[in-house]
Amino acid sequence: MLQRLSHLLGTENLTREQIAFILDQAKPFQEFQRHPLKKLATLRGKTVAIAFFESSTRTRISFTTAASRLGADTMALQAESSSLKKGESLIDTVRTLEAMRPDGIVIRHASSGAPEFVAQRLEIPVLNAGDGTHEHPTQALLDALTIRDRKGKLEGWNVTILGDILHSRVARSNIHVLSKFGVKITLCGPAMWVPRELEKLAPGIRTVHCIEEGLRGADVVMVLRVQTERIHEPALAPDEYISQFQLTPARLKLAQPEALVLHPGPIVRGLEIDSAVADGPQSGVLEQVTNGLAIRMALLYHLIGGAAADAPHPAKDRTNASD
Amino acid sequence: MLLIRNGRVLDPATKTDATLDILIEGERISRVGPELDARDAEFFDARGLIVAPGFIDLHCHLREPGGEMSETIETGTQSAARGGFTAVCCMPNTQPVNDNASVTRSIVERAAASGAVRVWPIGAASMGSKGEALAEISAMKAAGIVAVSDDGKPVATARLMRQVMDYCTPLGLPVIDHCEDPSLFAGGVMREGPNSLKLGLQGIPAASESICVGRDIEMALLTGARLHIAHMSTAGSLAYVRAAKRNKLRVTCEVTPHHFTLTDEDVRYDTHYKMNPPLASRADRDALIAGLADGSIDAIATDHAPHHPASKDVEFDRAPFGVVGFETALALGLTELVDSGKLSLARLVELFTTGPARVLGLERKIAAGEPADLTIFSTEHTWTYRTADSPSKSRNSPFDGRSFRGAPMAAVVAGKIVYRR
Repeated sequence: MLQRLSHLLGTENLTREQIAFILDQAKPFQEFQRHPLKKLATLRGKTVAIAFFESSTRTRISFTTAASRLGADTMALQAESSSLKKGESLIDTVRTLEAMRPDGIVIRHASSGAPEFVAQRLEIPVLNAGDGTHEHPTQALLDALTIRDRKGKLEGWNVTILGDILHSRVARSNIHVLSKFGVKITLCGPAMWVPRELEKLAPGIRTVHCIEEGLRGADVVMVLRVQTERIHEPALAPDEYISQFQLTPARLKLAQPEALVLHPGPIVRGLEIDSAVADGPQSGVLEQVTNGLAIRMALLYHLIGGAAADAPHPAKDRTNASD
Repeated sequence: MLLIRNGRVLDPATKTDATLDILIEGERISRVGPELDARDAEFFDARGLIVAPGFIDLHCHLREPGGEMSETIETGTQSAARGGFTAVCCMPNTQPVNDNASVTRSIVERAAASGAVRVWPIGAASMGSKGEALAEISAMKAAGIVAVSDDGKPVATARLMRQVMDYCTPLGLPVIDHCEDPSLFAGGVMREGPNSLKLGLQGIPAASESICVGRDIEMALLTGARLHIAHMSTAGSLAYVRAAKRNKLRVTCEVTPHHFTLTDEDVRYDTHYKMNPPLASRADRDALIAGLADGSIDAIATDHAPHHPASKDVEFDRAPFGVVGFETALALGLTELVDSGKLSLARLVELFTTGPARVLGLERKIAAGEPADLTIFSTEHTWTYRTADSPSKSRNSPFDGRSFRGAPMAAVVAGKIVYRR
């Protein structure tokens, strides 16, 4: 029996069945994005708090749009305008939001573990939209959906994650998702950002410090942004990074011919990835963005809508559409 | 007069382990022997209990002056008494810092007025513990400090450490160092390892501590000073200390109960697992236990670090470092070290009594004429630790709700029972 989720704090503790269920539930929402009238009444009357304690554009817009297309209202808190600047603690801020009676809260925070901290103290579902260098579960789920769509399945592929793994919450969430489907994961990047001990995170991981070796035979290449804002270590000169680790058309040829290229965005063209690759036929970057909406709609629907796992899917039942 | 009858007197200093009575007159022990007769005395029936010299804690934070929201000398020493401690050494990182005689005197006076147990202040090594000019060490010594330390951070540079050591040696004061390399520490919040990678918490490598232990031992070799390593947590540090002891340097060290009990694998997003030094690897923890058993480690010290509950009810990386520790120290020693067969009961008692006393250059024993400071404990009493029951103002313990076998039953300070379970 499928274990019902009460929060989405990370992918580490999701089962393979739960992940497959979320991906399946996202499929009709994927179709739904192509409808001329993009509004359901499924969550009409519900309110989703969107609490971003760290700046973000795409994830915030994606969650807000997902909630809106399900018919929910949103209330937004942004770090720049929040009372955090006046010294209010996280717990007081979220308790204040909770007192306005939202039905769920989406939280992004620079501290690893902040969503779990909030979930332990509030009664409503908490969705992690990225916490520090810990997890970014919706990103990994939308990546999994993109891989499954493009490659027909998730199981058994060779996936290379390229870049600053040490500071990447996207990499951690992807590792936990992919390893549950028997994916062989290669973590590749400069040695100080790809410590060997990462191999203990999950089964089937190897670490590689040479891009040519890391790309050879890859079915999927996930390129990470170089996160200059989160690095405690002395920086690597950009030219050095480009010469050693940029994903170029020539290097991509080392991977499988049909290898899929993903990037969580925002892309820094000419740094971690060459424009010709980012915009090329193997790139799934824009599908990732659309799939993000579908995944987030599926999660909001299940966590906040409270529907049973076998309930009719709202995006398939067009009588449910709002007028 | 107080007669403690029929206890199992366990005194590492005199190598006593026998059922004896102890008669106390005034502040001192007047007689020790079997079946003493004292008709006018108050009796304490210690049948089935261990009677040991008074426990000494080399390392605690009482937060007064300046941090009274978290702890005071009164509440902290009450908590210490419940833990069986009869004397505690309080670190100088108060506000203001204990870097001059007037602060030292105020602590001594507050302790005399409101302290449940003896309070032995430790003075700062540098002014404001800023790592620049030397603190007023001689004047603080006259006012009652027993050691110097810039605890909370390391003595800033090797050059300053050399000066502090040179200056303290003729004064007979040990220099206690909180060992870490700031460039390796670099914003870290737990020990670097597989669990820090999984949790996405900034890791601190073990070398951050041992590199500074190595530096300090080099300075001890250069100066001949007495060096004491605070809250030592890694196998690497222990290797340096063992080598120094083999070379007859006057180097000692302490380990906290949380470091011999927990490891970095226990850390989760709960700020009661955030302390500095951070919980170490399992291999480090096992090495520390071996060091406690073989005599390489001199003392168990709590590093009791109270933080008021609101300050710990925050995101992990924003919380202050530290846990309270007086009331669980002995019980953790009994369960984790003695019941598990790794240490003898006599060795555990040594780590709480003669061990820390020797670090301070003191002798502690149960004999006629000695100060009547005694710790009476049970190895059988079962109980559950609840932070809510503590006289401390803070609740920041990872052991809340844990059940133990073995507990402090009474603490006697200067002939008076200051705590009785």
